[in-house]
Amino acid sequence: MNNLLQFLSLSDPNVRMVVLGATLLGAGAGLVGVFTLLRKRALLGDAVAHSILPGVCLAFMVGQSKNPFVLLLGALIAGWLSLLAMDYLVRRTKLKADGVIGLVLSVFFGLGIWLLTIIQQSGAASQSGLDKFLFGKAASITSQDVNMFTWVVLGLVLVLLLFYKGFKLIAFDQDFARSVGMPVRLLEFLLSTITVLSIAVGIQAVGVVLMASLLIAPAAAARYWTDRLSVMLLLAAGMGIIAAWSGAYVSFAAPSMPTGPWIVMALALLTGISMLWAPKRGILGRSLRQWRYARKIALENVLKILFQLEERSGMAGKGYSRVSILEHREIEPGPLNMVLRRLKRKAWATEINSLWRLTEEGLTEARQIVRRHRLWELYLHERLNLPADHVHPGAEAMEHLLTPELEEALQRDLGYPVTDPHQSPIP
Amino acid sequence: MDAFWIILTGALVALCCGLLGSFLLLRQMAMVGDAISHAVLPGIVIAFLLSGSRDSIPMLAGAAVLGVFATVLIEWLHRVGRMQSDASIGLSYTTLFAIGIILISLFTRQVDLDQDCVLYGEIAYVPLDLWILAGGQSLGPRAVWILGGAFVLILTFVLVGYKGLQLTTFDPAYAATLGISTFFWHYALMGTVSMATVVSFESVGAILVVAFLIVPPATAYLLTDRLPVMLGLSALFGLLSSILGYVMAAATNGSVAGAMSVAAGIWFVLALAFVQVKKSILRSQSVSR
Repeated sequence: MNNLLQFLSLSDPNVRMVVLGATLLGAGAGLVGVFTLLRKRALLGDAVAHSILPGVCLAFMVGQSKNPFVLLLGALIAGWLSLLAMDYLVRRTKLKADGVIGLVLSVFFGLGIWLLTIIQQSGAASQSGLDKFLFGKAASITSQDVNMFTWVVLGLVLVLLLFYKGFKLIAFDQDFARSVGMPVRLLEFLLSTITVLSIAVGIQAVGVVLMASLLIAPAAAARYWTDRLSVMLLLAAGMGIIAAWSGAYVSFAAPSMPTGPWIVMALALLTGISMLWAPKRGILGRSLRQWRYARKIALENVLKILFQLEERSGMAGKGYSRVSILEHREIEPGPLNMVLRRLKRKAWATEINSLWRLTEEGLTEARQIVRRHRLWELYLHERLNLPADHVHPGAEAMEHLLTPELEEALQRDLGYPVTDPHQSPIP
Repeated sequence: MDAFWIILTGALVALCCGLLGSFLLLRQMAMVGDAISHAVLPGIVIAFLLSGSRDSIPMLAGAAVLGVFATVLIEWLHRVGRMQSDASIGLSYTTLFAIGIILISLFTRQVDLDQDCVLYGEIAYVPLDLWILAGGQSLGPRAVWILGGAFVLILTFVLVGYKGLQLTTFDPAYAATLGISTFFWHYALMGTVSMATVVSFESVGAILVVAFLIVPPATAYLLTDRLPVMLGLSALFGLLSSILGYVMAAATNGSVAGAMSVAAGIWFVLALAFVQVKKSILRSQSVSR
C-alpha cells in the first residue's frame, strides 16, 4: 500500500518522468488509434512503426549524432515513405492490403536492421541507444523526452480539434466527404502525419512491436462502449492513460519488470473487460439479449398454439394436454414445461387435470400475436404479391417483432381486413 | 565454406516460407503469418522453462502450439468478440509477444534467450554450431539439417495436400460440397506455418521469416496467375534473395537476415517495374492500333 502511495505521489523524479511520458504517449496513441481503427487501417500503424527504423538509422549516419530531433525527422520521412509505398501498391497492383502491409513492413524493417548492424560494426561511439527503437526503454525517459512528447501531443490535440469535422467524415464515409467538397487529400495527409509522428515518438518508450498495441488496443476497447466518435476518442485516450500508469506502476513495484510489455498487458485486460461487459456490444450483453429474445419467442409460440387449438376446436374454455400441444407443432418437450410454468406464473394460462387453457389475459396476448402474424401474411400477399403459400415463414419471424405502431399502420394500410390469405379470421 | 552454409540456410528458410507463404497470401492471411511469427515467442520461452534445455524438439512443440493458439485467438476475437479483423490480429500478437518478453524478464536467470537474437536471428553463427557425431565426424551445421528436415516435411505437406489447399484457398464453398473440410486445411496450414516459423526462428530470426513468408510469394504473384507457377517462382525468388542478401551483407559487414529481407524487396521492386512497364507498353500498343 505504501508502495502504491509512494508511486502515486510521483515524488521520485525518475518515476515522474516515466509516468508523465507514458501518459502522454498513451493518450496520444489512443487518440490517433481511433482514426486508424475506424478507417480499417489498424495494421498500417504496425507497418509504419517497423518502417521508421531505417529512417532513424540513416538520420544517424548522415547527422552523426543522436540529436532526438534529427532522428525524429528521419523517422518521419521513413514512416511517410512507407505509407506512400503501401498506398501505391494497393492502388496500382493486384496485391491485397494485408500482403502489401506485410511486404513493406518486413522489407523496411530488414533494411533498418541491416543499417543498424552496419552502424554498430563501424564502431560509432554514440550509437548505443539506437536499439532503443527496437524494444523501447520506458524506464529511461528523460525530461527532454517528456518535453518533446508534450509538444507532439499538444500539436496532435490541436490538429484534431481544428479539423475534427473533416476527420470524422473521412473516418466514416470518404466518398461522401469528397462529394461535399472536403479537401480529402489534405485531411488524409494531416491524419497520416500525426499518426507517423506519434508512432515515431512512442517507439522510443515502448518499442516497435508494442507500439502497435498502444495504437490498436485503446481504440478497439473504446469501440465496444460507444457509437459516438467524440466519446470514443475520450475513452481511448483514457484507457491509454490508465494502461500507462498501470505499466509504470508494475515496473516501479518490481524493478526487473519492463514497462512497455506491462502497458500492453494492461491494455489487453481493458480490451478483454470491454469485450465482455460493454452493455451493447459486449459478449455478455449480447448473449443476454439473445437469451431474452429466445425466451420471448418460445413463450409467444406456445400462446399461439393454445389459441390455434382453441380456434380449431371451436370451443372456448376447453383445456389441452401437453401431448396435443406438442402434436400441433414441433417444440422441444423440455422447454415446453418451462414455458408453461412461466405462462402460469403470469396468469396467462391455467392447468386443470393437466389440461392447459388460456385465461382471459392470455387470450388477449395470444390474439395480438396471431393478429400480427396474419396481418403480415396479408401484407406480403397483397402488397408484395407473394403467393399465399409463401407468406407463412416471413410472418413466423415478424409476429415477434411488430410493434403496436407498426400493427396499427398495417391495419390502416390494408383497410382493417378481417381475413388473412388463407381465409382464417384476423382476430 | 561458411558462405555456402549461410546461403544454404537462408535458401532453405526461403523455400519453406515461400511455399506456405503463397497460400497465406492468396488467402489474404499474410498478416496472420506475421502474427504467428511474433506469437511463438512465449511458446519458445515456456518450452524452454519446462524442458530446461535448448533442445529443438520441445521448443518446436511449444512454439507450434502458441502459433496455432494465436490463430485461434484471432478467429475468436473476430467471430465471438466481434472485433474488427485487423484489430484482432494486432491485439493478439502484440499481447502474446508482450507475454513472451515478460516471461523472459521474469526468468532472466534461467532463460538464456536473447531478445535481439529472437528478433533478428544469428544466421552468421549458423556455421559455428556443427552437428558432430560421437566419432568426431562433422556433418555440417545443425541448423541446415533441421531446416532440411522441415523443408522435406513442408514439401510433402504441400504435395500431398495440394488439392485440399488449392480448393479451400480459391473456392471454399465448392470445397465444402466435395466434402473437403476448410476447417481442417485452415488449421493444418496454420500449424505448418507455426512450425516453419519456429524452425527458421532460431537461425534467422522473426524478421527474415516474415519477409520470406510474404515478399517472394508477392513477387511471384505479380508475375503469374497460376498456382503451380507461383509456388515455383516464389521458391526461386527466395533462393535469389538468399544469395543476393548474403553478398550484400558480406560487402557491408552487416546483418545477414536484414540484408536478405532487403534483397527480397529488391527482387520485388524489379518484378514490379517489369510488370508496370509491360502494362504500359501493352496499353500504348492497344492505343496506337
